[in-house]
Amino acid sequence: MTSLTFWQIAVMIGAVTLGTMLTRFTPFLVFGGEKRVPKYVEYLGKALPGAALGLLVIYSFKDVNVLAGSHGLPELIALAAIIALHLWKKNMLLSIAAGTAVYMLLVNFIF
Amino acid sequence: MKLKAFKAAFPKTIPIMTGFLFLGAAYGIYARTSGLPAAVPIIMAAVVFAGSMEFVAVDMLCGGFDPVGALVMALMVNARHLFYGLSMLTKYKGVGAKKWYLIFGLCDESFSINCTADVPEGVDKGWFYFWVTILNQCYWVTGASVGALAGSFIKIELPGLEFVMTALLVVIFLDNWLKEKSHSSSLIGLAAAFCCLLFFGSESFIIPSMAVIILILTLFRKRIEVRL
Repeated sequence: MTSLTFWQIAVMIGAVTLGTMLTRFTPFLVFGGEKRVPKYVEYLGKALPGAALGLLVIYSFKDVNVLAGSHGLPELIALAAIIALHLWKKNMLLSIAAGTAVYMLLVNFIF
Repeated sequence: MKLKAFKAAFPKTIPIMTGFLFLGAAYGIYARTSGLPAAVPIIMAAVVFAGSMEFVAVDMLCGGFDPVGALVMALMVNARHLFYGLSMLTKYKGVGAKKWYLIFGLCDESFSINCTADVPEGVDKGWFYFWVTILNQCYWVTGASVGALAGSFIKIELPGLEFVMTALLVVIFLDNWLKEKSHSSSLIGLAAAFCCLLFFGSESFIIPSMAVIILILTLFRKRIEVRL
């Protein structure tokens, strides 16, 4: 449930849109002419994605409490299932659907 | 000219269609079961058009009011677009006003098609890029709308469905892991974010994580860059 008001939601969506669009338009607005792209910017464009994805993985587990409740066990089991399935079949949709299903079964019927 | 480009572009987008309809619907349902009005996921699908960020945005909208955090998160998560933009600078040149829409809709999937596709002889490349981009966006918005509206009718609770965001992010990470030559950047991201999470707590670790990541990438640039 969100506790935000209409305008707070609008501002949040605006912020996400602005951030996303800055990443899309900046190369064209700044280097659209014949200006050379600085090597450092090129490097960040290549090096940041992997790190950002790592940050997102940690972000998605940020609310897991290993000290209380189910101690993060359902998350750990579902994570293992996703990794195993994805390494085996390499099918994104299958891994996402099956991983979510495993987690839902665990939290609804076991933990 | 437009029709010819459409006929060349549409088949390239068919594999994306399945994925976007499925994930878009999951995203719409997830947003509804998180307690957001149906309009929120649909509007975000149309104006943000960056799947993983939209899942994260739903999560953030259920937390507190933190536009700076949301902006920084969007910059970080979507930093890969900088790279896409740099790669498409010349390809998107000279296609007229359509260029601004192409840049607006430069998501992972549109990038991968437009960057690698050999536009057939006699087909206008500007219109080809345009159709690929707009078709992909239509799939995503349609999926999100179907999910958001279906979510309004699902009266039963779906505990655990929120894990769809985690599953998506883990799978994107894994997919990238299998493709990258060196894992240093991915490992830096995991380690920096994990340490910042322990140190700063779940409410305020994103901005410090981002700062630490950029600092490490900059300090160890020589060692990391040669392996990329």
